[in-house]
Amino acid sequence: MRSKQSGTIAAITAAGELGRRIRDMGLVPGTRITVQGRAPLYDPVALRLMGFTLTLRNSEADYIDVEVDD
Amino acid sequence: MEAMIALAGNPNCGKTTLFNSLTGARQHVGNYPGVTVEKKEGIYRLNGHRFNIVDLPGTYSLTAYSLEEVVARDFLINEKPGVVINIVDASNLERNLYLTLQFIEMGMPVCIALNMIDMAYSRGIKIDHEALSRLLGVPVVPTMARSGQGKEDLIRAARQVLEKEGGRTELKISYGPDIDVGLDRMEAIIREVGFMTDTYPSRWLALKYMESDEQIRCLGKQRDAQTAEKLESIVEEVANHLQLTVDSFPEAIIADYRYGYIRSVLKQGVISYSGDRNRLFVSDKIDKVVVNRFAGPLIMLAVLLGLYHFTFTYSEIPVAWTEAMFGWMGEMVDRYMPDGLLKSMIISGVIDGVGGVLGFVPLIMFMFFGIAILEDSGYLARVAFMLDRVFRIFGLHGSSVMAFIVSGGIAGGCAVPGVMATRTLKSPRERLATLLTVPFMNCGAKLPVFALLVAAFFAEKEALMMFAITIVSWIGALLVAKLLRTTVIRGASTPFVMELPPYRLPTFKGLLIHTWERTWQYIKKAGTVILGISIILFALMTFPGLPADQTAVFEAQREDLRATLSDDVDGELEAAEDGTDLSAAARAVHLQLLQIDAAEAEAALRHSIAGRFGTGLETLSRWAGLDWRTNIALVGGFAAKEVIVATLGTAYSLGEVDPEDSRSLSEILARSPQWRPLTALSLIVFVMFYAPCFVSVVCIVREAGSWKWGLFSMVFNTILAFTLSVAVFQVGRLAGF
Repeated sequence: MRSKQSGTIAAITAAGELGRRIRDMGLVPGTRITVQGRAPLYDPVALRLMGFTLTLRNSEADYIDVEVDD
Repeated sequence: MEAMIALAGNPNCGKTTLFNSLTGARQHVGNYPGVTVEKKEGIYRLNGHRFNIVDLPGTYSLTAYSLEEVVARDFLINEKPGVVINIVDASNLERNLYLTLQFIEMGMPVCIALNMIDMAYSRGIKIDHEALSRLLGVPVVPTMARSGQGKEDLIRAARQVLEKEGGRTELKISYGPDIDVGLDRMEAIIREVGFMTDTYPSRWLALKYMESDEQIRCLGKQRDAQTAEKLESIVEEVANHLQLTVDSFPEAIIADYRYGYIRSVLKQGVISYSGDRNRLFVSDKIDKVVVNRFAGPLIMLAVLLGLYHFTFTYSEIPVAWTEAMFGWMGEMVDRYMPDGLLKSMIISGVIDGVGGVLGFVPLIMFMFFGIAILEDSGYLARVAFMLDRVFRIFGLHGSSVMAFIVSGGIAGGCAVPGVMATRTLKSPRERLATLLTVPFMNCGAKLPVFALLVAAFFAEKEALMMFAITIVSWIGALLVAKLLRTTVIRGASTPFVMELPPYRLPTFKGLLIHTWERTWQYIKKAGTVILGISIILFALMTFPGLPADQTAVFEAQREDLRATLSDDVDGELEAAEDGTDLSAAARAVHLQLLQIDAAEAEAALRHSIAGRFGTGLETLSRWAGLDWRTNIALVGGFAAKEVIVATLGTAYSLGEVDPEDSRSLSEILARSPQWRPLTALSLIVFVMFYAPCFVSVVCIVREAGSWKWGLFSMVFNTILAFTLSVAVFQVGRLAGF
């Protein structure tokens, strides 16, 4: 996803600790997210969801499938 | 009435602010038994009732994945607080209620503090707290922790929960047909055989099994392996079925349903928004600049330099006061105690040792104050966000940078506050790797050693050398971190997943409490151990004293010198005190006497246990080009790196050498046939990497939670340093330097 793009989470494919952390923070199917920006070195990425900002590494974000809005 | 209240909630929900506002100065901080998670307790009194308030670590969930979560969970289960006050951030209700739900599911008596209600309101979020209370079946009290508003209502509501003994019902959330059936079956088995029901509620146990909770599963196996196996087989059955039908697993579905439940509660008229929910607020506007690709790193550099400047420059004055105080104490003892072993032990062992520790106190206070500002304002999370990409390469975390800089990443810090600064790191493996490598940075006590050697052998390239030394220490520390993370602290990196909290103005009271509690822990723990070690080191460098026949030789030299004197000069010397101007003749004799003293000190040092140790090590240290004198100095350097220069002075018969002014020593080294630039280089490398000073070791032990790591850092670092300096020396020698 590009910066400022929004979408709805379709599935989370991570298991174990990472999966749990991601879900604990509210990244579950159906949640709307927006890419807020990226760190100066392009990684990690900052997401906006449910009114707060969450950052995660690009490699961790790969486990999140999103249906991007047009 | 006396009762225990636990404060729980997400990080950044204002939990600590509420705790400070409730307990004020009547709080104390320790660690949970056996782990390094902070445990804060305090007392709150209202209308003659006494409430013991425990601040649980901030968590987003109650899984068994992080130490904080296990600690919070175990506390709730084992200590059974009368009521759990769950602080939720009103402007971030949906995510905060995820934890709330887990408390209610555990059957905990919960009371919700709907915090930062003012902030939510300003963001266009309206919350009907009565509706929320009705739907969840627990009291909900709006609060503003910063101003303390609502805290009395909150305690009153908590009291009502306390008095309503046994009247609470466990919330039973539906997790969809497949999981619900599994849970019911498991619950029946658990009830039937009384499987761990003495400690845990049965439904919760079933749920934890379904979530594949490691901690509970291990416990279950130990308590009743047969039942545990039965439960696990049910979970497997459900998991397999889910895998086939919906391509998901129980944990994921449980989380989905929990959030689904929360959303359905919120939709029933609890929350209403005016305007776009995800519109940008002041905080996000600040972030547009502060984490901007170009401006961000520059601002960060400025902020980190500012912190460094603040810590080391402004603390100079109070540090000088403490030094002066211990200097004065030493002087008093020197003046009023009879000469002898006891006196020198009190001065060199007790006062210098404890003074060395307490001398750090102002420094640590300043650093923690600075870090508390960065932490409480939310900037530290941005630093981690910006730097994580770099530090991840070495198996560290974005937040590691703070510890490295404070330790001397910009030459002249101190590893003691650096090790303590790793507290801001939440990932255990990254934290351990950071705190084991920060002592490689060039702290303010190593600098005089480098300055001495550079001045003696590389005088024409002074600035370049000092810069190179800083760079080498960074490279070394990062590479060692990488090495540790691929060997002894192996393991996947802890997920970075981190909240960027909105910027907040820290409260002054919060900052002061934060600073003081950490400083006090340092004084308490470091102070006691260090007194013991500094006395031992003093003994090592003093005993056994010179045998009588050797002292007699020096005494005879003095007598001989005195015998040649005219009565005038002798009388003048007898009458002279410190600072008296002497005649030229007397001054010459006085100098000669000092030289004899210094030679005696050198002989005594060589004769002591440390001296023998240093001499014994010479066969080994020759490989790195170092002689016995340097060895003793390095042994002394374990007490504090400042000691290296001073001990070298004694070993080279110079008497006491002031580390700040080592010109004479530098000249001696430059002229000595034992020394050449290569030797100096080898020593620089050794000092950079060898065992941290013992104050740091004690801090490492405290922060890592076991002596094992303290010992590791001493042994590993010394072996590493020796290998490197031998390599430097041997390669240099072969290359003809």
